[in-house]
Amino acid sequence: MATDVQDVLGARVKRVEDERFITGRGRYLDDISFPGLAHLAVLRSPFAHANIRSIDTSAARAMPGVLAVITGADIPYNPLPMAWPAGGSSGIRNNVNTPRVLATDGVKWTGEGVAAVVAETVAQAVDALEAIQVDWEPLPAVVDAEEALKPGAPQLHENAPNNVVFEWSVGNAEGTAKAIEEAEVVVRQRLVNQRLIPNPMEVRGDIGRYDPGTDEYTLWFSSQTPHIQRLLVGIFMMGIPENKLRCISPDVGGAFGTKIFCYPDYGLVLFASKLIGGRPVKWVETRRENYVSTIHGRDHITYVEVAGKRDGEVTGLRVKTIANLGGRLSTIGPGIPTTLYGRVLSGCYRIPNVYAEVTGVYTNTAFVDAYRGAGRPEATYVVERAMDLFADEIGMDPAEVRRRNFLPPDAFPYDNPSGLLTAVNGSKVYVDSGNYEPALDKALAIAGYADIGRAKEEARRRGRLLGVGLSSYLEICGVAPSKWIGAVGEGWGAAMWESANIKVHLTGKVVVTMGTQPQGQGHETTYAQIVAHELGVPMEDIVVQHSDTQGTPFGYGSYGSRTSNVGSTAAIKAAAKIRDKARRMAAHMLEASPDDIEIDGAEYRVKGSPDKKKTLQEIAFALDLAFDVPEGMEPYLDETAYHDTPNCTFPFGTHVAIVEIDEATGEVELERYVAVDDVGNKINPMIVEGQLHGGIVQGVGQALWEEAIYDEDGQLLSGSMLDYALPRASWLPTIELDETVTPSPVNPLGVKGVGEAGAIASTAAVANAVIDALSPLGIRHLDMPYTPQKVWRAIQSAKGGQA
Amino acid sequence: MSTEHVSLTVNGTRRELDVEPRRLLVQALREDLGLTGTHVGCDTTQCGACTVLVDGAAVKSCTILAVQADGRSVTTIEGMAAADGTLHPLQEAFRDQHGLQCGFCTPGMIMAAADLLAHNPDPSDAEIRHGIEGNICRCTGYQNIVAAIRQAAAVTREGTSVQPPATAA
Repeated sequence: MATDVQDVLGARVKRVEDERFITGRGRYLDDISFPGLAHLAVLRSPFAHANIRSIDTSAARAMPGVLAVITGADIPYNPLPMAWPAGGSSGIRNNVNTPRVLATDGVKWTGEGVAAVVAETVAQAVDALEAIQVDWEPLPAVVDAEEALKPGAPQLHENAPNNVVFEWSVGNAEGTAKAIEEAEVVVRQRLVNQRLIPNPMEVRGDIGRYDPGTDEYTLWFSSQTPHIQRLLVGIFMMGIPENKLRCISPDVGGAFGTKIFCYPDYGLVLFASKLIGGRPVKWVETRRENYVSTIHGRDHITYVEVAGKRDGEVTGLRVKTIANLGGRLSTIGPGIPTTLYGRVLSGCYRIPNVYAEVTGVYTNTAFVDAYRGAGRPEATYVVERAMDLFADEIGMDPAEVRRRNFLPPDAFPYDNPSGLLTAVNGSKVYVDSGNYEPALDKALAIAGYADIGRAKEEARRRGRLLGVGLSSYLEICGVAPSKWIGAVGEGWGAAMWESANIKVHLTGKVVVTMGTQPQGQGHETTYAQIVAHELGVPMEDIVVQHSDTQGTPFGYGSYGSRTSNVGSTAAIKAAAKIRDKARRMAAHMLEASPDDIEIDGAEYRVKGSPDKKKTLQEIAFALDLAFDVPEGMEPYLDETAYHDTPNCTFPFGTHVAIVEIDEATGEVELERYVAVDDVGNKINPMIVEGQLHGGIVQGVGQALWEEAIYDEDGQLLSGSMLDYALPRASWLPTIELDETVTPSPVNPLGVKGVGEAGAIASTAAVANAVIDALSPLGIRHLDMPYTPQKVWRAIQSAKGGQA
Repeated sequence: MSTEHVSLTVNGTRRELDVEPRRLLVQALREDLGLTGTHVGCDTTQCGACTVLVDGAAVKSCTILAVQADGRSVTTIEGMAAADGTLHPLQEAFRDQHGLQCGFCTPGMIMAAADLLAHNPDPSDAEIRHGIEGNICRCTGYQNIVAAIRQAAAVTREGTSVQPPATAA
């Protein structure tokens, strides 16, 4: 029945892709092998800042199995492109320095690659690394962004005085200064959003192959953006036309943003393959390598001022943020603390005066770029801590402060009066839809917020400090309208539309080819649900393809929770073209007018004559054989659509965290976590819940356990999973999810996107809960992560004891 | 480097290998035997993506040498389904409960869960969470993994003939 087939949209459909993963038949990068495969290992700098006087590779070349030893001087490629200058071409100066495939001008962080060995086996390549002699000239290093800005700090790049990458601002400087000056209450706080190491379970890896016969390259990589890399790696880095480079992402074992970017190893394996005559060359990181050669996230130091009235109204928010971008810039590093951070600093509130200044800084640390949430967790942390600090100052319930400042439900589409959402070229995005109070109310009710006082007393009797924390977040995703995000307006030197191709083969089987790129989000299922709904074809007759740039329409990949907004709409548009052509062909086959054809699932019928009908399969068959097609109609049922979203989308919600702290040990336990999220409509609620669970736990990880720590010499002390504490199952409660549903007007499905929302909300909720628990001791703020040692010291200090 | 001869049963089949003494079991499984379902996720024995069963017990195959598996019986994710393709209740449950997203941790997680359930057929949620402490997942937040293991435990208790795969040699 047509309706059964089409009912899959919005249903908890089990995932199509699971079959291969649960049987161990997934095909991740390191599972791929070829005859003649050679292996590459990279020699990485043990110093955070150093010149290279010389590199002697002679001994390495002589080692068993070694096919080549490469240094930066051997590689004629350009430095990697940086595709998102802060402020675009608005005139803001960006002092750009990006990595080369192998460093040629010294090294700027511990782990930067300086040489590579290609050998028959991985072990032989790694063994030969040890035989490479590098004459280093170590230099003083600086790892803290505020220190790096000070006169006298070690200078990383000649073109970046005081290690400044850019200075950017957004909002209404004068109005905000006035609001702060005239305010009844002003609260000021320094906040650190600490550096994180994203840690997808699959590290990065690549295989490069040069074909001497065609002078073409193929790059297999664990990447979120195969099509974009054809441009970045081909045109910008290698200086070859994009049609000489084919990029393929196999199954990607998690990414969370780390696999968006252009990386040096992409050029390295391609160069190496050509060097050794076209044998394929594979490189796969070790986890420790991942910690130094794949991007880090967050790392902001922020000074926030929140101004308002004693009655709870917030009148101004001023923010100064110093964003540590690392030793060289990653592909879109400057975009994260600017567009994706500064522009959402009013959160879900009516704050009429907002102004932010952001300084991007070079330090001798690994490069920083988008990590799940990319700027919005940082913004939410600032805004939600500010709301709590303000509430504390005026002695008001933090829930009440939020309620009083929420944008009302009739505010949408909303444009913050400080111009936060307006790009330099005047184009705007608007907060699409929202209704914040019901989500807050629901979250408070589920969490038992009204009874928290009693819960705190009861915990106290057990020697525990109980705290409750809120995070009412608004996030911007579904990126993005090309004219808003494009170079003139914002800096991302490209567009962000999306493509979908749908072919209906003569058997009635459907192939959907997408330009997006899953890394665990279940696209093979969700797109099939959409197309099943649109075309009336059963899901089992639909195959969703992606990831190979050969012969497929260009797409911008998956990140920024964009797939459900932009990708889905492209698929719907392509399906509409299919239906339209099928209708006209059906009319021809049935000798009726196209206007007299009604579509019921996959059946195309003449109105009023229900037995005069053709199925989509019959129509596809007829169009393939093309014996008899209408004048002017092309054979086959094959339609491509490109969709440029007219706006971003804006999920929102309120999360509530309840923690208990053991006063004697400082250990923080997350007792309950309640999340009420509004992601608009849902393609697959089961998948939505999974995204929320995963995002929430990552944000909790930041609050309680995770931190990338460098010592003052730039050595990464948290250099492996031994020292970087990733959340484990036994550390977490069962997350309680609920929802409100405010559809987005931006796309036909009414979806807002959900991939990052959990991570955007949760850090602030847990932070606020911990501070709430500690506040009876007079503690007003503490930087994350809330490790037992840190909390214990704060407690001792507050009690006047030795810390 | 010289090699050692190793003889082991993998997923019920006797395999003979010549390996360098330094070769890890996970490398032998993935590269010498082509069983790429077992994954390498770290280099410090933290993550558990490499978990297999050796003589029925969960072992991180990145932390034992191939030579240490000599004479033993190894079960990998590829050996969990029945010969006719019928999925193990754990595999079914992971799909039913959306206990995986990217799938990379999943084989190791399933093998660790198999060991857990073999020792504790009716675990509480807390016991499940403790039992998979040695396996890191970055995608799911563990919630649906716990639900999947709970389902598999129930199915097994209800007598849907689940033995740990025939490995105890």
